[in-house]
Amino acid sequence: MITQMLFRRHEKKTLWAAFLILTAALIVPLASLLVPEGNAFHVPGYLVPLLGKYLCYALLALALDLVWGYCGILSLGHGAFFALGGYAMGMYLMRQIGDRGVYANPLLPDFMVFLNWSELPWYWHGFDHFAFAALMVLLVPGLLAFVFGWFAFRSRVTGVYLSIITQAMTYALLLAFFRNEMGFGGNNGLTDFKEILGFNVQAGGTRAALFAATAIALALALMLSSAIVRSKYGKVLVGVRDAESRTRFLGYRVENMKLFIFTVSAMMAGVAGALYVPQVGIINPGEFAPANSIEVVIWTAVGGRGTLIGPIIGAILVNFGKSIFTAAFPEFWLFALGALFVATTLFLPKGVVGTVQQFLARRNEQRQADAVEQAYRDMTAAKAESQLATLEPQAAE
Amino acid sequence: MYRAIQTLLVAFCLLVSCLATGLRAQEDIRPLVDALGASGFPQKIEAVKALAASGDAKVAEILQNLSDGKLYAPKTGGPVYLEGPAGGAYVDVLTGAPAADVPGNLARIRLNNGLRGAIGAALSQLTLISPDRTARLTASQDLLKDADPDNLGLLNSALALEKDAEVKAIMEAARAVILLKTDASANDKKAAIDTIAARGNRDALTILTAAMENAPEDLKPAIQTNIDAINRSLAVWDVVQNVWYGLSLGSVLLLAAIGLAITFGVMGIINMAHGEMVMLGAYTTYVVQQTVASVAPGMTDYSLAFSVPAAFLFTGLVGVGIERSVIRFLYGRPLETLLATWGISLILQQAIRTIFGPTNRQVDNPGWMSGAFEVGGLAITYNRMWIIVFSLGVFVALLLLLKRSKFGLQMRAVTQNRRMASSMGIRTPWVDALTFGLGSGIAGMAGVALSQIDNVSPNLGQNYIIDSFMVVVFGGVGNLWGTLVGALTLGIANKFLEPYAGAVLGKILILIFIILFIQRRPRGLFALKGRAVEQ
Repeated sequence: MITQMLFRRHEKKTLWAAFLILTAALIVPLASLLVPEGNAFHVPGYLVPLLGKYLCYALLALALDLVWGYCGILSLGHGAFFALGGYAMGMYLMRQIGDRGVYANPLLPDFMVFLNWSELPWYWHGFDHFAFAALMVLLVPGLLAFVFGWFAFRSRVTGVYLSIITQAMTYALLLAFFRNEMGFGGNNGLTDFKEILGFNVQAGGTRAALFAATAIALALALMLSSAIVRSKYGKVLVGVRDAESRTRFLGYRVENMKLFIFTVSAMMAGVAGALYVPQVGIINPGEFAPANSIEVVIWTAVGGRGTLIGPIIGAILVNFGKSIFTAAFPEFWLFALGALFVATTLFLPKGVVGTVQQFLARRNEQRQADAVEQAYRDMTAAKAESQLATLEPQAAE
Repeated sequence: MYRAIQTLLVAFCLLVSCLATGLRAQEDIRPLVDALGASGFPQKIEAVKALAASGDAKVAEILQNLSDGKLYAPKTGGPVYLEGPAGGAYVDVLTGAPAADVPGNLARIRLNNGLRGAIGAALSQLTLISPDRTARLTASQDLLKDADPDNLGLLNSALALEKDAEVKAIMEAARAVILLKTDASANDKKAAIDTIAARGNRDALTILTAAMENAPEDLKPAIQTNIDAINRSLAVWDVVQNVWYGLSLGSVLLLAAIGLAITFGVMGIINMAHGEMVMLGAYTTYVVQQTVASVAPGMTDYSLAFSVPAAFLFTGLVGVGIERSVIRFLYGRPLETLLATWGISLILQQAIRTIFGPTNRQVDNPGWMSGAFEVGGLAITYNRMWIIVFSLGVFVALLLLLKRSKFGLQMRAVTQNRRMASSMGIRTPWVDALTFGLGSGIAGMAGVALSQIDNVSPNLGQNYIIDSFMVVVFGGVGNLWGTLVGALTLGIANKFLEPYAGAVLGKILILIFIILFIQRRPRGLFALKGRAVEQ
């Protein structure tokens, strides 16, 4: 049924984008593993996790776009869901280290030995199973979003107030995860991973597989989002975005609709975080920083909110720019990012994709208008001709 | 440590007395010093007492040297010499100049317990009756901490001479502590207990608890009631102290948030660059201080007086510039002003980092802002006190501006009904620009205050922006009183949570509380009523 939903009623564009991403899922690993070094098409090993990171960010931006672009909820706390998913994956990876840590404790991760803890906290149990960790990657962010949204949407906290309390949420989590007593590695977070599902995290093959997994996840998320957005529910969602009170008065349960999309979006962000951690090799409380969450907003804005492809393009573009800039002119990156924020809001409120779409739509309209005009002209010309034709015999008479 | 402090103080006294009396002939006490070289201990003790009685400024140093074993004399008695620095040649005891004609048979002057006691008593006496008040204060405080019954006589004589009330109180307390240790009469001890209890601080509590152990049975109830009384008063002072710290934190929050309350409340703008305005204000303070230090070094204590208007004007102008160039195009789109101002904040941070470097800048406290004074059991630092005064001053000034001036009237009109205000001839764009400038300028003044208690770094603003938003949202938008109540409530709540939950957990609890609070009252404590809400 889900497959059916995934493939039914998609726009051609979305299908193309998903197809492109899946091609990348195939080509990049192949180009990294099979094409010999020195060949122009070889993708160097260090590049694979970097590209994978971009795709994780793209997935995160897509998740944010679902709530912001389609439902008008500007969440400044999506980084928190991303980080929670990442921590769930990180806990699995920590348990996989086993007795290969510095202190060679088969049960406890290094930082717990360092803090003189004698047993595993209860919430760490179960994370030695991948399936359990994968479930938690979805459940923990989803549950937080559900509870948070339940309270927030029911009391009709909207607009900037919602943005500010989502920011407060991620800030509170940031402070909490910095505490050693929380049992998540404090300041240093979780790192020094060795294996995922029995494969070495550092190995080229694993990295390629992780990249492919990220690309596939992104393509699936894109299809899922498209299915949601193009359903009747999705149409009402846009109604909530544009005129919340009116939608409510029409009889829709606005808070439930918001709650659903918020939770789905948080789960997607969690998946993005879970895929991010093994490729980057570390998760620490810094991921909860409010600045990170705001940066996600700018990726979405640059690409074009309210479009599904926009945030993906935006996230990849901005992060690519960041990689180039921070390497070449490290001092100027923040200037560039700041200017990007200002310029996007002032000159490109619809983002790159939105602007292109608008341009295409306008050209289409123009064409249609031209065609109509042409048709009218043809018609009047034909009329004139026929009138002429009717006149001519008279003239001939 | 005690010795070192004593020596330092003695050296200080020496300096003072030298300046006061002129270089008195040092030769007066030379015979007394040379008497220290006598062969018998009783004679030496006599000599020490005679020296102490002479009251000469050099005496303390000489006695200290004697007790450290640095003085030498011929075995047969005769002139005394001081060991040279780092074991070098002998020097003159009084002048410190290299000594000529040193006899060959010098030996270290030996000490025994009797002599050591005499030296100690003489030294204590010297500082307890020293003409310098600070020296007496320190000496009596030391005596209070380390109450030795041997010093009772000394203390009694010093008490008889003492005129200064504060020093006298400490001496009396020390005397009481000593009395408790000796076998004085029950009445004396009772009086002593009352004297100690009257001090009412933690030290008194420790002394009394210690005295409780070996006190005679009939005194125990008296001690116990006093301990209970002190505990009660300490608990009260704890509360007072928490309130005070809370007020202090709240006033900082108020300063940081009040400008935000204006831009947010009046114009509906989420100014994410607000923290950077605070930071710019702090850097303005730094620049003004550097300028004043180089132009008029005598005025450095008053550079803050220039910093406040300078910071207000500079950040206010930056604010007007931001409003005119970016924000005015984004009215009616609050979420996008949030993004644009965040971008501006990144640019400002990086600009400051490029100009001043990423490290902290040193902004000095002026003399009138450093130090502290005590009120009952509460230590109040001057800088915290002035910041509370300053933030309340800013608050009142702003309130007057809003309620009493023409500009304030226009601002309120625009808040309540922008289109109607515009129809009445108010130039709403100018009101917007000036309002944003005002909010930014106040943030700049907050920066001046924060530069006194926090590190001046490019990240300064980031530490306050979320807290400021919490205050504004909690207090209710568009209402200055709400901001005041919000800031003080959050500050005090934070300080009351800290002892139980720790600083970080306390802050997390506050954040969770605000998140839940917003669910109950989405428009804050003091919500605007009426149609303005529906926009």
